[in-house]
Amino acid sequence: MENGFSSPRSESFPAGLRVLVVDDDPTWLKILEKMLKKCAYDVTTCHLAREALNLLRERKDGYDIVISDVNMPDMDGFKLLEHVGLEMDLPVIMMSVDGETSKVMKGVQHGACDYLLKPIRMKELRNIWQHVFRKKIHEIRDIEHENIDIIQMSRNGSDLDDGHMYCGEDFNSKKRKDFDKNDDKDFGDHSTKKHRVVWSVDLHQKFVKAVNQIGFDKVGPKKILDLMNVPWLTRENVASHLQKYRLYLSRLQKENDLKASFGGIKHSDFPPKDPAASYGHQSSINLNQNDVANGYQFCGSNFVAQDAETKNNEGDLKIVSEIKRTLTADVSDPQKMRSSQSFSHSFASLETEASYPAFDSTNPPEFSWSENPETQIKKEHKTHLQLEDGYSQLPPHGQQHQIPINQLQSDPAVTSVLSLTGRDMSGSIEIKPLFNECKSKNVSHVSPTESAIDTFPIQTKSQLINHQSFEPISTVISSMKPQGFNLSITDLESCQRNLTSASDPNFAPINEDLTVWLQGDYYTMNFGQSIDFIDYDDPGFLAEVPFYLYDPLTSDFQCPIDSTTECPIVDQGLFIA
Amino acid sequence: MEGSPLLRQVAHQRQALFDEGLLDEQFVQLEELQDRTNPNFVEEIVTTYYQDTSRLILNIEQELERRPLDFGRLDGYVYQFKGSSTSFGAKKVKAECSLFREYCRAGNGEGCMRTFQQLKREYATLKRKLEAYFQLARQARLTQTASPPG
Repeated sequence: MENGFSSPRSESFPAGLRVLVVDDDPTWLKILEKMLKKCAYDVTTCHLAREALNLLRERKDGYDIVISDVNMPDMDGFKLLEHVGLEMDLPVIMMSVDGETSKVMKGVQHGACDYLLKPIRMKELRNIWQHVFRKKIHEIRDIEHENIDIIQMSRNGSDLDDGHMYCGEDFNSKKRKDFDKNDDKDFGDHSTKKHRVVWSVDLHQKFVKAVNQIGFDKVGPKKILDLMNVPWLTRENVASHLQKYRLYLSRLQKENDLKASFGGIKHSDFPPKDPAASYGHQSSINLNQNDVANGYQFCGSNFVAQDAETKNNEGDLKIVSEIKRTLTADVSDPQKMRSSQSFSHSFASLETEASYPAFDSTNPPEFSWSENPETQIKKEHKTHLQLEDGYSQLPPHGQQHQIPINQLQSDPAVTSVLSLTGRDMSGSIEIKPLFNECKSKNVSHVSPTESAIDTFPIQTKSQLINHQSFEPISTVISSMKPQGFNLSITDLESCQRNLTSASDPNFAPINEDLTVWLQGDYYTMNFGQSIDFIDYDDPGFLAEVPFYLYDPLTSDFQCPIDSTTECPIVDQGLFIA
Repeated sequence: MEGSPLLRQVAHQRQALFDEGLLDEQFVQLEELQDRTNPNFVEEIVTTYYQDTSRLILNIEQELERRPLDFGRLDGYVYQFKGSSTSFGAKKVKAECSLFREYCRAGNGEGCMRTFQQLKREYATLKRKLEAYFQLARQARLTQTASPPG
């Protein structure tokens, strides 16, 4: 789905909300169906949990929300809930006759966004759309957050040198099409900054270590928390991070599969200059190439990737924009977008700073998570992305990022299906090799992260993806950055610095983004606030950047992302360069 | 109006169902869902309910004949029964289910069996009265070509 949210439903949201109801009780199933239809929702019913999962997997993007009973004969409702949350990242509402606190708590712990008691009234069902909406907003915010973090990171100029965080966040997750228009108005308010946990590289490494120790199958937030031994970390933090991580792994898996098939498609030719649409959303793949430069962007500009408008150059931007997109979902807040853009811009600043401004203005407000704002951004990015010359090399880099993302994105369905393969990101971040190859020399560190990041965030798919991606990235980053790339680099400057050092696989900026991304609570990031990415517009920055981009590019630019990433997903808005 | 007395009768019968505690608010919710496209919606729901619960009743009976009693399984069936009963507001039946569950949890076989008998009685009463009501309502509708009361 490329432009994700622009589904026809959006105009009349919440009407047409696609609901999947799962209940083994035929009486209730009929009643719920009738009630939901009265709410003008698009209802699909099924009796069994397995049947529901099949339906969801078949039509990756076919539903907006799932309502399920807790007690079902073939599968525990909580299990279904977990699966849906991890694989598809859809909001799930649980239902039960039993209102015991423990059950309700269990539901919430497993990720249910609401728990209804039977008998259910019409009015309770009327408002279920809020969960879908909320998720989108959060996604956007997370992206924004990420961007902010990234920027900050780069500013800090921490020793990011290696940890280029690739903020390839995949904003596309905003596939909640129906939201884009309607919900914009709401976005403006990001004041509710949530207190989020920043998943630094180290922290994430601990996390992954714990997960591996326990065994991916047996893992649980409590166990992980205990093993990690981080006093200030809560079980909820771990749970949400775990969720993301799982998703990330699935994505990774997907990506690898895709990569295999792709074989380096995009990768090979990065026409950096090609701002082409790839940037935008769907052409994420295209973007890859150009995206190298965008790679930088990646950090920040993920936001916009969504729109194909920005095409290739934006590819990187895309990623960034993707992220941003998520952030910018708050269309209502063009500011953000701007910032995100600037962010990416900074990265992309390599080239056209100027174009950026254009972005801002164009952000269509209603792009809630939708691409509009992003598109805008993307466009901007494009210009910026034109790293082409120097950067063309970059694209590979960016691509890398993108690739993973693309991969992820390429198949929204895929993403949803991400089967938690338990790829072990743990610590080693498989992605790493990708990068390493690409960057071979310089960027070595970056690569893993990037890959990781890419895969992660770029997911166009669900918002969750955004979140999820964060996680792996952390890991990636950590691995990438042996020296402790601090994820917390939110200082764009540092990124810049990295870039400038050219010789240094400065992916940093990107990494930073990634890290930034990783860290926060993706979900709750309330980025929204004006991220002053603008710093990035440092020309010097540009100059430097290319270089690492070059390396990887020229060398075995692994860009797995690129080729493999079908990036269609990325198109979604990920920054697919 | 012609159907007036009939309509009044229907209304009266309907009210009695509530007054006697056989039905609760949920029934009204279902009635509100009824419309032109689905004029017999409530009746359809109740019919589905009978089909589903008759199976459950058999299961419970079988369970109660086991020795020793498997309270966990028993509770499972009753839980489903209760869930279905809440769907259209079968108040008394629902209450019996709750009681039944308590006995299950307490591991009280005697209590379970007693409650089950009571449950079956309430269930039969409800079924009988609802069927009479629906029949009358249908009749009134035909006579009237007006929507059923309620």
